[in-house]
Amino acid sequence: MAKTLTISIMDPPYESANSTTSMRIIDTAIRKGMNVNVFAFEGAVSLTVKDQKPHPNPVHGTSVEEEKHPLTKDLVAGLFELAKEKGVKLDWVNCGLCVDERGAGNWIDGPRRGGPPDLYKWVEESDATLVVPTK
Amino acid sequence: MAQYVMVESRDPFESRDVSYFYNVAADLAGNGDQVTVFLVQNGALASRKDAKGNPMGALLKSKAQVLVDSFSLKERGIGDAERHSAVKPADIGDLLDKIMEQKGTKVLWH
Repeated sequence: MAKTLTISIMDPPYESANSTTSMRIIDTAIRKGMNVNVFAFEGAVSLTVKDQKPHPNPVHGTSVEEEKHPLTKDLVAGLFELAKEKGVKLDWVNCGLCVDERGAGNWIDGPRRGGPPDLYKWVEESDATLVVPTK
Repeated sequence: MAQYVMVESRDPFESRDVSYFYNVAADLAGNGDQVTVFLVQNGALASRKDAKGNPMGALLKSKAQVLVDSFSLKERGIGDAERHSAVKPADIGDLLDKIMEQKGTKVLWH
């Protein structure tokens, strides 16, 4: 039976290396055949916002295509694709109160709305829980 | 005997509480608990053997295992020759193995 990791994240996109490391952990866990629960709250609910757009970089003089700006919504979409490919479950909950506060409810396919009871249930049921706090 | 995985993401030269985190890890190991410290992001800067005033000394002398994320080392241009020999390079997969190895493992991130 596949093991299950729960990870809680709270940093908004493009601000902290915590987001990159968290994505690496989720990606590696899926590749190892684990089910992964992600509880995104506070700024992390914006990681999956569909309206994110790539941009050129006037400082570098690069176009949108040349800049290839990575968008967190695409990284998360890739994690859902990977989970499907590996036959494991990625359950991503965006904290509803945090979403409403930020008006950040237009998401890519995959995440669902939830709240602290989901995190509590996951902590009880998972093999391990990792909480990645913000500074 | 409890099992702890302690992830340090901060540079000890940036934040004073990093040294407390190291000391907690060393004390837990001294009490017979199984402790792994995983340095990641700017936490990897502490793996440099020539870093002056590095508060990691007691931790490195303890029974705790100290690992450093290879990706974070590469990002910061820290080569093998610069790394303290007691700090072993590892990857995220190794971190996950430590976290998932035993149910009930306590995982702390700072």
